[in-house]
Amino acid sequence: MDAKELIARRVAQEIRPGMLVNLGIGLPSLVAAFVPAGLGVFFQAENGVIGLGAPPPEGMEDAHLTDAGGGFVSAVPGAASIDSAMSFGLIRGGHLDMTVLGGLQVDEAGQLANWKVPGAMVPGMGGAMDLVTGAARVVVAMQHAAKGQSKIVPFCTLPLTALRRVDLIVTDLAVIEPTAAGLLLRERAPGVAVEAILAATEAALIVTGDIPEMRLG
Amino acid sequence: MKGALTPEAAAERIPDGARVMIGGFVAVGSPLRLIDALVARGARGLTVIANDTARPGLGIGKLISAGCVARVIASHIGLNPDTQRGLNEGRIAVDLVPQGTLVERIRAGGMGLGGVLTPTGLGTEIAAGKQILEIEGRSYLLELPLRADFALIGAWQADHVGNLIYEFTAQNFNPVMALAADTVIAEPESIVPVGVIPPDAVRTPGVLVDHLLVRAR
Repeated sequence: MDAKELIARRVAQEIRPGMLVNLGIGLPSLVAAFVPAGLGVFFQAENGVIGLGAPPPEGMEDAHLTDAGGGFVSAVPGAASIDSAMSFGLIRGGHLDMTVLGGLQVDEAGQLANWKVPGAMVPGMGGAMDLVTGAARVVVAMQHAAKGQSKIVPFCTLPLTALRRVDLIVTDLAVIEPTAAGLLLRERAPGVAVEAILAATEAALIVTGDIPEMRLG
Repeated sequence: MKGALTPEAAAERIPDGARVMIGGFVAVGSPLRLIDALVARGARGLTVIANDTARPGLGIGKLISAGCVARVIASHIGLNPDTQRGLNEGRIAVDLVPQGTLVERIRAGGMGLGGVLTPTGLGTEIAAGKQILEIEGRSYLLELPLRADFALIGAWQADHVGNLIYEFTAQNFNPVMALAADTVIAEPESIVPVGVIPPDAVRTPGVLVDHLLVRAR
């Protein structure tokens, strides 16, 4: 199993029946494939649909039905088309149960930076600031390190996406829960030792008792 | 209604330097024939207010690549390297606005409100220089209304009164922008006789629309 699939499978376990969930573009969008059908989960795409479904078979694409990355998608039975004001009203107004977003850095306060690398890359925040501010639960799904550098750091050096402390970080090495006391190591990836996680993490992690392996079922 | 315009005639009415809202999300729901006509006219110095600048060769991306745009107010430019290059070289000014804040600022501009109070952006660099108000114990950023000289709307279907309906994720910013400009030009994919669109289905009432674009030849 490659790193992205491992992360997506573990994040999928966070999704409960009946939730309204927004998946960010890139790695987070892979999560949907591992959510069992029949949970009654609706996925929102912030560009305007509640009830996002899998990409349609070739030849059945609709030019007016895309996800937030511009890719062709389908709509599940019971889906609703919405405009951007409604879409962000859902996000900001506390109607969205969970968002899964990628990250550039998360720090010991649990704060996320994921929209700008000054001087190098300024893609813009898109919906990220609203999602992190407004979603009931914020899960960051990302590789533990980029170019050998830990993405879990003592303090974010990149511009913050929001002040809010995110609820969970899922990487290819670990599951980490940001708390008021600091970053709590919850689970380790299959075959990865706690020492290896600590060595790969620039931020301080709180380790208490035995740390179980992720159960990826 | 003031009658249907050809794309060329519509582009002639939009002067260089105009402030133009353009609907669409990565070009889905953008008025593509109007954009082509602006490029063909060689428009210059436009301020474009839109969710994003699409991709090179697609939708608003064509305006960027053709040098029509001096300023962009958007939530995301990450899919268009030409916008990024214009920003880095100082040819295009870019104001990045969180997507939910952008749509609410446009809504405020169109609905006669003096601004929007939002928690999105608190504690981040986009809060710089903005007033923070405390309402019932919670802090909010004061974000000001946005209006434009023109709103260019992409719709699925119009009737001859100008009533508009949209399809799936092609709604996005279009219904909100139709309220927020001095002159509103809508480009529908088809125009049907009055009465074909049921009153309950209308998403943008025709009274807001100054001009329809003629049907595609």
